[in-house]
Amino acid sequence: MSYLKEKLLSSFIAFEEQKNVDSYVHGIRTKAIKKFEQEGFPTKKLENWKYTSLKKAINYDYKLFPNQSEVLEFRDIKKYLIDDIESYKIIFVDGKYCSHLSETTHDGMDICILSSALTQSKYDLIIENYFDKISKKDGITSLNTAFSSEGSYIHIPKNIQVDKPIQIIHFSTGKNESVMFQPRNLIVVDENSHLEIIERFQSINENSVFVNSVSEIYCNKKSIVKHYKIQNDNKNASLVDNTFVSQERNSSYSLHTFSFGGELTRNNLNIFQNGERIESFIRGITIIGENQHVDHNTLIHHKKPNCESYQDYKGIYYDNSVGVFNGRVLVEKEAQKTNAFQANNNVLLSDKSVINTKPQLEIFADDVKCSHGCTVGQLDKSALFYLRSRGIPKKEAMALLMYGFANKVLASVNIPEVKARVNKIIAKKLGVKMGFDI
Amino acid sequence: MSKYTEDDLKKELETKEYEYGFYTDIESDTLPMGLNEEIIVAISKKKEEPEWMTKWRLDAFKKWKEMKEPEWANVKYEKPDLQKISYYSAPSNKPKYNSLDEVDPELLETFKKLGISVNEQKKLAGVAVDVVIDSVSVATSFKDTLSEKGIIFCSMNEAIKKHPELVKKYIGTVVPKTDNYYAALNSAVFSDGSFCYIPKGVKCPMELSTYFRINEAGTGQFERTLVVADKGSYVSYLEGCSAPSRDENQLHAAVVELVALDDAEIKYSTVQNWFPGDSKGKGGVFNFVTKRGVCENNAKISWTQVETGSAVTWKYPSCILKGKNSVGEFYSIAVTNNFQQADTGTKMIHIGENSRSTIISKGISAGKSQNSYRGLVHISPRAKNSRNFSQCDSLLIGNKCGAHTFPYIETKNQSAQIEHEATTSKIGEDQIFYCNQRGIDTERAIALIVNGFSKEVLNKLPMEFAVEAQKLLEISLEGSVG
Repeated sequence: MSYLKEKLLSSFIAFEEQKNVDSYVHGIRTKAIKKFEQEGFPTKKLENWKYTSLKKAINYDYKLFPNQSEVLEFRDIKKYLIDDIESYKIIFVDGKYCSHLSETTHDGMDICILSSALTQSKYDLIIENYFDKISKKDGITSLNTAFSSEGSYIHIPKNIQVDKPIQIIHFSTGKNESVMFQPRNLIVVDENSHLEIIERFQSINENSVFVNSVSEIYCNKKSIVKHYKIQNDNKNASLVDNTFVSQERNSSYSLHTFSFGGELTRNNLNIFQNGERIESFIRGITIIGENQHVDHNTLIHHKKPNCESYQDYKGIYYDNSVGVFNGRVLVEKEAQKTNAFQANNNVLLSDKSVINTKPQLEIFADDVKCSHGCTVGQLDKSALFYLRSRGIPKKEAMALLMYGFANKVLASVNIPEVKARVNKIIAKKLGVKMGFDI
Repeated sequence: MSKYTEDDLKKELETKEYEYGFYTDIESDTLPMGLNEEIIVAISKKKEEPEWMTKWRLDAFKKWKEMKEPEWANVKYEKPDLQKISYYSAPSNKPKYNSLDEVDPELLETFKKLGISVNEQKKLAGVAVDVVIDSVSVATSFKDTLSEKGIIFCSMNEAIKKHPELVKKYIGTVVPKTDNYYAALNSAVFSDGSFCYIPKGVKCPMELSTYFRINEAGTGQFERTLVVADKGSYVSYLEGCSAPSRDENQLHAAVVELVALDDAEIKYSTVQNWFPGDSKGKGGVFNFVTKRGVCENNAKISWTQVETGSAVTWKYPSCILKGKNSVGEFYSIAVTNNFQQADTGTKMIHIGENSRSTIISKGISAGKSQNSYRGLVHISPRAKNSRNFSQCDSLLIGNKCGAHTFPYIETKNQSAQIEHEATTSKIGEDQIFYCNQRGIDTERAIALIVNGFSKEVLNKLPMEFAVEAQKLLEISLEGSVG
């Protein structure tokens, strides 16, 4: 048994003692820790983790409940926020809610934090109906469930178009120590409501951080949710991001995942379509170098007829980086007239970079249109020559082509400020200055 | 005029189910059931094998005992009890026949029923056939014509005795005896198979062919094929199989190894028509086969397979593209009907520079069957400028079946170019309507459409085989409309 697992198991009792033992979630947590004790951390032996090893990430002596050691001021975090738009903000520092930096509301809707939702009885109904209902019961998710106490809690009632996006940002400061934290988000969007979320994990200094996050998102009928994940953490950060989305009829969920930073990033994305005429769009851009490792593991489960899903993941890999794409589309017998599309395009720019991709289709219905495409290639040499012959230096020319390659995903972002921010990060990542916006 | 009613058709279909499901009553020499070291030594002794071979088998057996049956495939079945199988069953009228006249007439009758009457084949098609019944080679035709060119085409058993240096050099080099559970089992107990060696620069003048049949009840078929194409040579090899209809499940665990040395080319075609079980899913052959080829510089290996039979298929003909400019190809049609399950595909391991591979896989599922494509394209860091194109299309007939795709793509070289695409669809109502309009009934329309769907692969088969394969497709899909 790994040291970290032992530490987690033994600290669970102390953790649980501080909490209300009579509460509804107590039972869930106790069950979950047992599950984690059985399964432990995933290893490469599991088919789903074949290409990604957590060995290194779980090898540190993480502090599990860091004391908030540093008080962050707005100026410290400004650059990590998308500050040129109005937005709600839910900000956590070292796993603890930071009220003076946040901007929450209870006016007609609840945009607040999970710890208060778990302890106040007026939220019981939502918690009992939605908490831990769709998350997978595997080792790593159960671990989060067992320690779930803080994170964002968002409940949008019927017919509300949330006026501004919500930014959820987790900072870690861990003064001179490695920290591990396990945020838990619960997002419920009721009938006919609209919501936009921007999510980010950021460590402020160079200590190692291991984040194991779980988000449960419920899109009730006719709701529209747009979700953006910006993953541009420091080199010493490891992130396992588990997202579970449950969609009811006529709802639409769209997710953009921008993975540029972190040592190890693993995105487990599971979308369950429970009704008819549902749309799910998931897209991603991955640009990594050095020894970075990014793994996208997606599942779209089509259960009912007339639904659509669309996946488009682009990856650019430098140096010794490793990219993994494991996309699974499951179409059940009942889900006739499903339209599912899956694309994964990759560019390798170094002899030592590796891409492992596994786009899977599992289809049990006959009247469906399902296809997937997957490519691995290089930048077009003649296009590069064309640009260079017009006086554009090689580096810029290459960057230009890569922009073009990733643009299809970027173009579908509909908050201009988010697009601009991602553009900036890409330019920085590619080491060029772009004199234009795309 | 009496009307041809639906009941008649139903009756006809029921009786037509599996044409090759007859059982030939030949006296055969079967070892007691079970698997242990004594049995392996007994098999080896029966085959009059040299000591190194016996050792090789025992070694494989030792390793096998430590292995576990693989469970990752997308198939569900009751695991065969390996202790309840007889590992050796041979038509007893040994020794070898000099000419066909001496062959047991009942055996000849079997060939006739199969439509591969050795005599006829000899005259008409010019195909040299090696027939393996219950894993023992019983007849090899055209030996003399071939030996003039220096081509060795004989049973594995004979090769071990007559050409031990060749067998020793190549056996187990492509599929190591510990490669996987079934390959190890095969290495321990294989009873016979075919061996083929094409000398340097020789183009084999005719198609070589092996025909496999499981006859005896309660036996497993474990044959081993080894094809070695020396530098600059060419050979086209065909393989066909069938088994009698039985209620129980039979096990077929074969190993095929291909070695293509520099500039050589091997074309290996299979029409697999093992008994698929009846329409209720009872009986049928478990087909767990390991097939692999290795390509040296400029060599080419091309696998073509038409899979219509077997209750459970678990088969991944693979190419190790070791040499520079080597080429691997995989063309496959897998048809599943009723309760059949197939998990099949290929592995293309690119090691050499400029290696290229093409994968075309067509899966057709009907009835309550499950059809999976599982493939791996691996580009190692040294494989500069390697190229792969994969296409997997699935066709679903009816809404009780399933089609699945599991492609694995691992790229460790930046200059590689890989394309993979897959589609799943059903036969369009408009397509059938179009055919109906022109007086083609639905059953035939489906055959027509399926034929068109699989054309790309059918075209790759040698002529005689293509005709047979087409017929097979039709038979296997009969009764799937509705």
